[in-house]
Amino acid sequence: MLGGEDNLAKAIMSGDEAVARGAYEAGAKVASAYPGTPSTEILENISLYKDDIYCTWANNEKIAVEIALGASIGGCRALAAMKHVGMNAAADPIFSAAYTGVNGGLVLVSADDPGCYSSQNEQDNRLYAPHAKLGMLEPSDSQECLDFTKAAFELSERFDLIMLLRMTTRVCHSKSLVMTGDRKEPEAKKYESNAAKYAMLPVNARRRHVAVEASLERLKEYSYSSPLNRVELNDTAVGVISSGMCYMHAREAFGERASYLKLGITYPLSDRLLREFCEKVDKIYVVEEGEPYLETAVRALGFDCLGKEYTTPQGELDAQRIRKAFGLGEKPETYSSAMAVPPRPPVLCAGCPHRGFYYAMMGYKDRLVAVGDIGCYSLGINAPYYGFDIAVCMGSGFSIPIGLAKALEAQGDGRKVFGILGDSTFFHSGFNSLVDAVHNKANVCLCVLDNSITAMTGHQQNAGTELSLMGCEVPKMDIVEMIKSTGLSGESIFIVDPIDQKAMKAAIERALEIKGTAVIVAKSPCALLKEVVKARGSLHCEIDAGKCRGCKACVKIACPAMAFEGKKARIADPASCTGCGLCMQQCKFDAIRKVV
Amino acid sequence: MTVSILLTGVGGQGTILTTKILSSALADMGYEVKMSEIHGMSQRGGTVNTQLKYGDKVYAPNIGEGEADLIAAFEKAEALRALPYLKKGGKIIMDAREIYSLPVLIGQAEYPREADLELRKVAGDISVIPASDMAEKLGSIKAQNICILGALVKALGLQEYDWEGLIASMVPQKTVDINLRAFRAGLAY
Repeated sequence: MLGGEDNLAKAIMSGDEAVARGAYEAGAKVASAYPGTPSTEILENISLYKDDIYCTWANNEKIAVEIALGASIGGCRALAAMKHVGMNAAADPIFSAAYTGVNGGLVLVSADDPGCYSSQNEQDNRLYAPHAKLGMLEPSDSQECLDFTKAAFELSERFDLIMLLRMTTRVCHSKSLVMTGDRKEPEAKKYESNAAKYAMLPVNARRRHVAVEASLERLKEYSYSSPLNRVELNDTAVGVISSGMCYMHAREAFGERASYLKLGITYPLSDRLLREFCEKVDKIYVVEEGEPYLETAVRALGFDCLGKEYTTPQGELDAQRIRKAFGLGEKPETYSSAMAVPPRPPVLCAGCPHRGFYYAMMGYKDRLVAVGDIGCYSLGINAPYYGFDIAVCMGSGFSIPIGLAKALEAQGDGRKVFGILGDSTFFHSGFNSLVDAVHNKANVCLCVLDNSITAMTGHQQNAGTELSLMGCEVPKMDIVEMIKSTGLSGESIFIVDPIDQKAMKAAIERALEIKGTAVIVAKSPCALLKEVVKARGSLHCEIDAGKCRGCKACVKIACPAMAFEGKKARIADPASCTGCGLCMQQCKFDAIRKVV
Repeated sequence: MTVSILLTGVGGQGTILTTKILSSALADMGYEVKMSEIHGMSQRGGTVNTQLKYGDKVYAPNIGEGEADLIAAFEKAEALRALPYLKKGGKIIMDAREIYSLPVLIGQAEYPREADLELRKVAGDISVIPASDMAEKLGSIKAQNICILGALVKALGLQEYDWEGLIASMVPQKTVDINLRAFRAGLAY
């Protein structure tokens, strides 16, 4: 089922690119996602095939899955991609759609992030497969990303199951050689009304539950002899069971002599395959990141093995961690130096409008408590702004404040609770929370840091942009009008340019005075947006060394384009300085000016 | 036999493009190539590491401590930060360019000005190449990465390849000329 008589071509691709290519070759017609590292590039690359695949950035992962589900029920092959935490947002449709099964093949991609490179947790989404009743494949490199994506569509249709393609950061963002083939569109499946299969009312759901269990049983049978799983029998003293990128690390750590069971289908697991392998080898090692998912299956069959007791559920594995965990030889010698290297944390870019918001807020620390959210503005938590205390998940920046405000009120704590999130997060789920706040007259100030793009993941379009993922002109949602539609009085809504410190501070002060819900829309586009860069030209700031008294007032905004040397402030990186003028507003000696 | 190379720099310096060009050439030469880049929050001015391995057979794409045959550092402090990854007897190619991180800019941390001297003392095989100065003289500091690529090609002994053709096809059209000159300068240094 893998490969074919295609016009083969060789290319270096990331795992994400290869999934996109796989979807294209498999004849997928619809794809949707909400951006989230490390999954974002899947849809970005699918949009390269927009003549063949209709693709969208959905407002959130639940919507992305539902769009793909609709296409599947309608008879098309469809894909939805998300980062691991996105699958939580999408869990509602996923669990019930598992019962309906598919018409056209339906593939969901979950990109997990062991090690939390860009995430708020390191949940192991393999556990979703048994819980939600999805078939699951785990690729180890880019070639497998392409092949397994194609296989997932076929298996989805053959067994009437939703297939989960489970990836991890290291698979998504590593690049390796891939043989690409041609696109082959499967025969069109007609949409036919079938409420007993697709309308999950209790009477139908009860029957469909039986059906999905039977489908999983059939996939399990198939799994035993599937080429997606591989047994590498060498010396049988040591047998290693692994999947995904962990197999590659294990292969390095245990070397050529050990035997391997490399699992491509990780739900349902073939008991027979596992048992046969375990019986052949003397000592069994299970190498996996996250939860003891494979290990539990091995132990349930009555085999003892070495696993999580050694590798722990935290972090990303690599060959060295595996060697260390299982005592497989010495760590290579390294060089070391006592010289300290200063940290280089990610920072708000030069000219970032969020800096204006957080810098203005610093003056009101004793009068407010702030809750953040997920996006570039998360960086406002760092020095020197320490912009918020709490950040949990998409949209919660507007709902946690509602409960927190009640708790503070109960304790006689008079500080006002501020919520902070961006435009894309507002569309994702923040608006729902805003409705709750207004409806319940919560005493909070909710701030939309609207920079007109989904910035953190690298500039994806959202409901507030004029263009769609496919480059089409689309109606642009107006955030201020949406806020007004909740019935909140115009006197409680403040629209400001956050770089303008006088206006920004005035808005915060007035919001602090309001008893009840206030909203601040801090509106200024991301400084890295192409059109913003173009309009700016060579505009930047200059500091007159003669006028600079070295008071450091300007340096306190913590702009990466500035430096303080020899008791003078200077623009150290004029190429990245945008001439936003935030530093200029701090200078009492008129030493800073904008130049072109 | 697998060769492991760690490229390190600061977001925006072009380490990823350099790794891309290098891996395309190695694949073209018939090697199995894998590269790994972790990006996300790091592109906002943080440290960027890309790792490249090539040989007859490569399994994992990433490089552990003490495993890099070659480190190419685009920034001085990042060369020092990457030191634990260097294999015993391995080589460091580095630009002495200093880019201050925010803790340094706001006076919360000291920049290790003598990192290059320290590395020479501790590790020994260090080539300091003024790639950013050379690129700036050629017309744009942005060509620093391709200048370092030239030095890398020389260090790996891979001169027998049509690098110029590949670079011309992979950098933005307007910058082909300056990048080719930067490459030659790095190769000759």
